[in-house]
Amino acid sequence: MKDISQYLELFRTERDLIDAHSVPALNALRDEAAAAFERMGFPSKKVERYRYTDVATAFAPNYGLNLSRLHIPVNPYEAFRCDIPNLSTSVYFVVNDSLYKDALPKATLPKGVIVDSLNALSMLDEVQAVHSPFSIFHSEDSLTALNSMLAQDALLIYIRAGVRAERPIQVVNILRSAVPLMVNRKVRIVAEAGAEVRLLFCDHAADDQDFLATQVMEVSVGEGAHVELYELEETHARCHRFANLYADVAAGGHLTHATLTLTNGLTRNQTDVCLSGKEASVNLLGCAITDGQQHVDNNTLIDHRAPGCTSRELYKYVVDEQSEGAFAGRILVREQAGQTESQETNANLVCTPEARIWTQPMLEIYADDVQCSHGSTVGQLNDEALFYMRQRGISESEARLLLKQAFASEVLNHITLEPLRDRLHYLIDKRFRGELNHCRTCRLCNKS
Amino acid sequence: MLEIKNLHATVGGKEILKGIDLTIGPGEIHALMGQNGAGKSTLSNVLVGHPAYTVTEGSITFNGKDLLALSPDERSHEGLFLSFQQPVEIPGVSMVNFMRAALNAKRKYQGLEPLDAGSFLKLMRERRKIVELDNKLTSRSVNEGFSGGEKKRNEIFQMAMLEPTMCILDETDSGLDVDALRIVAEGFNKLRTSDTSAIVITHYQRLLDYLKPDYVHVLMGGRIVKTGGPELAIEIEQRGFDWIKESLDI
Ligand SMILES: Nc1ncnc2c1ncn2[C@@H]1O[C@H](COP(=O)(O)OP(=O)(O)OP(=O)(O)O)[C@@H](O)[C@H]1O
Ligand SMILES: [Mg+2]
Repeated sequence: MKDISQYLELFRTERDLIDAHSVPALNALRDEAAAAFERMGFPSKKVERYRYTDVATAFAPNYGLNLSRLHIPVNPYEAFRCDIPNLSTSVYFVVNDSLYKDALPKATLPKGVIVDSLNALSMLDEVQAVHSPFSIFHSEDSLTALNSMLAQDALLIYIRAGVRAERPIQVVNILRSAVPLMVNRKVRIVAEAGAEVRLLFCDHAADDQDFLATQVMEVSVGEGAHVELYELEETHARCHRFANLYADVAAGGHLTHATLTLTNGLTRNQTDVCLSGKEASVNLLGCAITDGQQHVDNNTLIDHRAPGCTSRELYKYVVDEQSEGAFAGRILVREQAGQTESQETNANLVCTPEARIWTQPMLEIYADDVQCSHGSTVGQLNDEALFYMRQRGISESEARLLLKQAFASEVLNHITLEPLRDRLHYLIDKRFRGELNHCRTCRLCNKS
Repeated sequence: MLEIKNLHATVGGKEILKGIDLTIGPGEIHALMGQNGAGKSTLSNVLVGHPAYTVTEGSITFNGKDLLALSPDERSHEGLFLSFQQPVEIPGVSMVNFMRAALNAKRKYQGLEPLDAGSFLKLMRERRKIVELDNKLTSRSVNEGFSGGEKKRNEIFQMAMLEPTMCILDETDSGLDVDALRIVAEGFNKLRTSDTSAIVITHYQRLLDYLKPDYVHVLMGGRIVKTGGPELAIEIEQRGFDWIKESLDI
């Protein structure tokens, strides 16, 4: 049990302050969460799902927390320009772990769609029902427990039954601080039966500072609902992200979730999807482009609990220089999940002898009559293709770039949100050219 | 314009070229023939700087420059083009992006600005027509899922885009049906200027009927053992290579 004491101590001494600036629904979770966190400690590399990321070391420094919820005096609507402009007119900013409320998007959301902080919404009857599931995962994951122990607010995205949110909704997470900072974000997404929504979360860090972000996202996709959830990280080398996502998809519902890591420091994304109703489907996509000392670990679990469900999973990594990528994807087909169709692919391009990739696709089948496949590849750039391009006059570096882009773009081609896909092609091009790195200061105060 | 002297080259540790001498002047078409495995593709690959092939002896000058000192992309910019015997598929790289990268790299080398999107696409369209390459193919990834003949046609399309001065056609005729062969060969002739030279590697006379070589060479045992006019190709088609072997006593 490596040093969890600074977090427990902080919790115990600051409990009143934490509670005072939070909502009852979250305060109600803390004791149970703290007990679970204390019991589990930071997962060591012996814990199966955490074997590729050194958690304790990432949490060892002394980060500050903004427990009294002091306001950051910068209007992100004026100061910040995200890399995905013009995609949505409904752009919300979460600065550190608070929804920025002094200004809100100009466009109004359709009736039956709510995007707000739990803090503001706790009185609304409509969403009372969706508060409760916040606690169910503490006993399983120590970082989820830690997040629940400390989180003071949650972002709620709610789409009422049958409502179709035509335009995508974008949430931009910005990390801002003059000192090392830890933030704890919670997000709850509820799409009721037949609802439809497309969501884009972008992670940025606006200061060249050490950041540690935990995030717990809970997604419930109702019967026949359709949710597309894209997460794009463009932070920097001093950022640590630990994001746990728990999704449940009811009968006939569909979830697409994409995790795209363009620039970061250390990132671990854990994505658990439960296909709980018959004929539910999920598409998990991931793309990580790493160099320098970057570390990206995606750990997924797809739990087929009902018959006739479909899951597809495609994760691609391009690891360069000394960076590291890890993918572990477990697909569990339970006894009752007959007629399951599942396909899992992890493909990796390793660009230098120093770069590392770990890949671990896992398929566990307890049902009959299923169609499942899984596979992973680790390779280098195709020399014959490189030479062909060079014969046509393309320089070696440009040829490499085109091949890397081609490799990564397969993931993008599964993204159905067209403006996002086009923009991602552009961003990935810039990323491979090394032109995204000056996103270190994130164009804050650099509106052009 | 191209002068190969006493060229020796190895691949996979095996010496394949054992002293090639060949001089090609501007505007000349040289056919290169020889049995399977004679080293014809090896010579092409050495000329364009394929890293798997090592030159152990000899020299190559191209327009007065030491060709062996240039990188593959520089050789391309200098006007050297190889129509590959087996063009590689590059999934995920679109023909448009590929061609644009190639053309703009060459323009940069020549000190020219990159072509704007409109002019580039117009050029693509024009050149596509010369070899009658289907629009559908240029909107796909490079060679991906192309038939054998389509790949060959695509090679000549790329040649049309890059306007090289020294073209090496390595069995461009194989895989092409009769009509396609005519279109590709006539396309090549349309693209030729009085300065365009070519090395045409083939096993058959039918391509040479269109391209009308000035010289025909036979590669055997790692050397050029016989050189003649167009009639040599016709003779080879009728009689094979054995009579040449016999006359050389090997
Ligand atoms: N990359 C390589 N590694 C090992 N051996 C090679 C390689 N490339 C060519 N060779 C060998 O070199 C010899 C010459 O091959 P090359 O492809 O140049 O013949 P070719 O004259 O073009 O034949 P074809 O008419 O069949 O195309 C052959 O024995 C071949 O197996
Ligand atoms: Mg050959």
